Amino acid sequence: MDNGQIQEQSQPLRELLQGYGLQSGHRDEMLNADGSVKPVWQQFINHLSNLSPDQLSKRFARGDQYLRDAGVLYRQYDEAVSVEREWPLSHIPVMLSEAEWKHISAGLIQRADLLEQVVRDLYGPNDLVASGHLPPTLLGQNPAWLRPMVGVKPATENYLNLLSFEIGRGPDGKWWVITDLVEAPSTAGFAIENRVAMSRVFPNFFADSNIHRLGGFFQNFQQKLFDLRGKSDGQIALLSSGPANPNYAEHAYIARYLGLLLVEGEDLIVHDGQAMVRTVDGPKPLSLLWNRVPGAMCDPLELDPSSDIGAPGLLQALRLQKLDTVNAIGTGVLETRALMAFLPKIAREYYRQPLMMSNIATWWCGHEAERNHVIANRDKMMLGSAFSTVPLMSDVDTTILSSDDDRDKARKATELLTRSGREYVGQEAITLSTTPTYEDGALVARPMCVRLFLGRMRDGWQVMPGGYARVSAGDDAKAFAMQRGGRVADVWVASEKPVQKTSLLQPQQTPAFSRAYTSALPSRAADNLFWLGRYVERAEQNIRLFRAYFARINDGATHNTPLLAHMRANLMANVAPNTVAMSARFGGPLELGLQSASKISDRFSPDGMMALRALVASSRDIDHRTLQIEEIPREISTLLRQITGFAGLVHENMYRSDGWRFLSLGLSLERAANMAQVLAHLLGSNAPDGALDLALEIGDSVVAHRSQFSIIATPGSIMEILGIDSQNPRAIRYHISRARKHIAELPGQKGGRVLTEAARKVLLLETLLATTSVDALTSDMLLQVQRDIWDIAEALSVAHLV
Amino acid sequence: MQYDIRLTISHKYAQPADNGRHMLRVLPRHTPDRQRLTAHLVEVLPDPDDRRDGVDFFGNAMTSVAHFEPHDEMIIRMACRVEMAPPGRWIDSGLGYDGLRAELAGCRDLSAASPLHFLGPSPRLQPNDDIAAFARGCAKPGESIAQNVISVGKALHDAITFDATATTVDTDPADAFRQKRGVCQDMTHIMILGLQALGIPAGYVSGFLRTLPPPGGVRLEGVDAMHAWVRAWCGAEQGWIEYDPTNATLVGTDHVVVAYGRDYSDVSPVIGHLRSSGPQINSQSVDVAPVE
Repeated sequence: MDNGQIQEQSQPLRELLQGYGLQSGHRDEMLNADGSVKPVWQQFINHLSNLSPDQLSKRFARGDQYLRDAGVLYRQYDEAVSVEREWPLSHIPVMLSEAEWKHISAGLIQRADLLEQVVRDLYGPNDLVASGHLPPTLLGQNPAWLRPMVGVKPATENYLNLLSFEIGRGPDGKWWVITDLVEAPSTAGFAIENRVAMSRVFPNFFADSNIHRLGGFFQNFQQKLFDLRGKSDGQIALLSSGPANPNYAEHAYIARYLGLLLVEGEDLIVHDGQAMVRTVDGPKPLSLLWNRVPGAMCDPLELDPSSDIGAPGLLQALRLQKLDTVNAIGTGVLETRALMAFLPKIAREYYRQPLMMSNIATWWCGHEAERNHVIANRDKMMLGSAFSTVPLMSDVDTTILSSDDDRDKARKATELLTRSGREYVGQEAITLSTTPTYEDGALVARPMCVRLFLGRMRDGWQVMPGGYARVSAGDDAKAFAMQRGGRVADVWVASEKPVQKTSLLQPQQTPAFSRAYTSALPSRAADNLFWLGRYVERAEQNIRLFRAYFARINDGATHNTPLLAHMRANLMANVAPNTVAMSARFGGPLELGLQSASKISDRFSPDGMMALRALVASSRDIDHRTLQIEEIPREISTLLRQITGFAGLVHENMYRSDGWRFLSLGLSLERAANMAQVLAHLLGSNAPDGALDLALEIGDSVVAHRSQFSIIATPGSIMEILGIDSQNPRAIRYHISRARKHIAELPGQKGGRVLTEAARKVLLLETLLATTSVDALTSDMLLQVQRDIWDIAEALSVAHLV
Repeated sequence: MQYDIRLTISHKYAQPADNGRHMLRVLPRHTPDRQRLTAHLVEVLPDPDDRRDGVDFFGNAMTSVAHFEPHDEMIIRMACRVEMAPPGRWIDSGLGYDGLRAELAGCRDLSAASPLHFLGPSPRLQPNDDIAAFARGCAKPGESIAQNVISVGKALHDAITFDATATTVDTDPADAFRQKRGVCQDMTHIMILGLQALGIPAGYVSGFLRTLPPPGGVRLEGVDAMHAWVRAWCGAEQGWIEYDPTNATLVGTDHVVVAYGRDYSDVSPVIGHLRSSGPQINSQSVDVAPVE
């Protein structure tokens, strides 16, 4: 490209475009063949060129920071361990004109209708096979065709309500469908997150431009979900396979965004054909499920028996039409790659509706003529499994032929196709268009494809005006996968007229449904919140013990000093006397706390999650460094401030829901139990010298004690302030009272019925603490108090959590 | 010929189990020309909180039961009377490999009885080169498909030793074939793979065997629990034939069919999920008595 020819380009624009090389044979999204900028890009590129590299990197960092804070990340799997990686946002959007987008939309809507008709047939009369339009083996030997779903009709009209397509543009400017994404058209939530991040990167541009907003699409889809639920007042839930899934963050995000219950298989039971969610208030009927678990894993009783992420009996509820799904279970069969070889002809000949936008040319090698064509044209082909449902651009097993001239390989491929052709498809290797990414201060052209989303709204299919582009890491069109360094770009649809600005950040919710949905608390979520509270509190207690221990070592005590030996034996579970073992006593619970929190990230504020992550990171930091003994008190105090900050966040920022109550109960019961243990061992007559001061220090009540008693600490004064005080948030009684109030507010406890086991036990304990004199509270009694507290936790668990 | 069949399956849990749901496929099929169910009962103890009876894709009776409350034991009892039609005269249609291939190529049927479901692979059965080579070794290209089914079944019976200790319900047929030991499930799986390697549609049959032989007969292997054998498709004219590789015999009136499927996973008598922290002990007893 010769920039000199384009007179109207400004100096900064020329610099920006200097290294932007058009690739021969590729069409470029931004530049015309003569090097001029396409009109739809003009305004944005001008904006970009007026920003200095320094300004740009600051803005990009702002977008990245947003994504990190929001917990948007992806999981990379390296040899069985999964690592969370930063979300690879390309900060340059892909621009589409409204006219182009409308053209694409028409093609995709037609395809969506075709897929609905096809899947209706595949799980119904099978006319496509009977009439010879589809080879029977594509179903008969296809693991994605779920036999138990044959004949099962959706509770409402349609099999499909949300679809996604990956499309790419060829050298002649035509768009092609590369992949149909049906089963779990994931990443719609990521499209929102990308957009929010981009609006942080280019705030001024975005506010003034006519870029279509995404919020309207999601509002309409939310409305659709509530329509699908029909007249029943059952729950609407998104079924996820849990935090191990690479898209879990998106599951949690979209559930929260649309006000749906996020559930996992174990949250669901089926009773009398009715699917129910197990909540802290007992089972609640479920009316609509947005299934994000692979279809074959949904019900271990009738589908894959090895699945531990499904709900046993789910298919029964579907068969009885007491449960509806956003996309019917089994519709994943439409993703079968070999279907692409037949869809254009089926559209043309069977449904008499030729496709406006075709999929990339595909040949199924189960037929001789097609097989010979693939073999003869192997240098232009990608070869892959006929039954693969992995999106083409993410499938590392595809393209075993490529343009390899090796005669031996060619012979082997021919043999393979002749022997088991029905298991393979050849697909034309499309030369994808390029789009700019920003690398090392300049724009670079990279191959890309676009993922667009379609929702079936009240008045038919609607295409999200925007989407999610995947940009290759290099010139290679195969390096799209994020695992291989591919990046993700926001797709901007630019209108020539001002657009409606639906805010994304504050989704408007119809009042009728916003509350009912988020209020039901699945037992599993409650259990995780309860344990999150307990783990964090356990970590805090152990941090305090750790700090007190090493403060004394710093003051000249040794591990054999009676007080320290007494601490280890009675308060620190006989831990080995070294920093590694001792720091594991708070590092471990913090890790477990983070695990619990990550299982309920839809119910836990992003701020809380961030605070917890930071806390775990600091604790790991202490763990990994060889701390000098004298550094310990200072380092630990920092950690303690962080953990106190976390507890503050829980109490200051969380909505007073049942979820918060379980979290708070976990904190209170753990703290009360730990304090009972401390007092039992440090106030007894056999406690070593210095035990009383230690108790006050662990109880963080030195100042309170001084202000109330202004005398030397005695077992009695300490028992009063840390045991039976009703105003000290470090005292046993304070937390038992709080636990009693929380338990009284839990579902099933109101309305003057007979007290539940947990309510009865906590009231007895509170009464004991309120009526027993300080002198009567012996060590034995305190240990009994500790056991009573664990009994309360057990009773809670039985009543609400299992 | 009529049989009274009784099956008892018990699951004992070391720790109380709850939130359980099980799918049962224990009731014999009703097949007009072959066996007729005249009375039947499937009962489960403790009394299930939820029970529903239905029919699966392949036409097998299935019962889904749920137990939400804690329990120490689940007992499944099936009792029925089955009337067996006298065996039809054995006719070999004589269809060979070329004819079979042509028929399959023209087949567009995906109903439950269609051979197209039974060409493999299936959830439990992935093609295996050793088994394929074995099957090719005993195939008789010049003879009918039916004769080939019998040849492969007989050869497998001779090659594999019945050994109830060598394998479990989860054993991969490739492993069983390598050690040349196993029970009816293994032999059935291996034979299905062998026939499929030859291009012959083959499936799994679960069922019951007459407990005591008729006077003068031999007591068959596999009478103490539910049994398994193979069905193979020999073209449209002859249809499905059944062969028991464990006993090296074509199936007659001693075999009562419970369920048809592609492999064990389609016909497991009990498949379930429950919550329990301890181990469980399963036992099964079967009695198949001719009605005098």
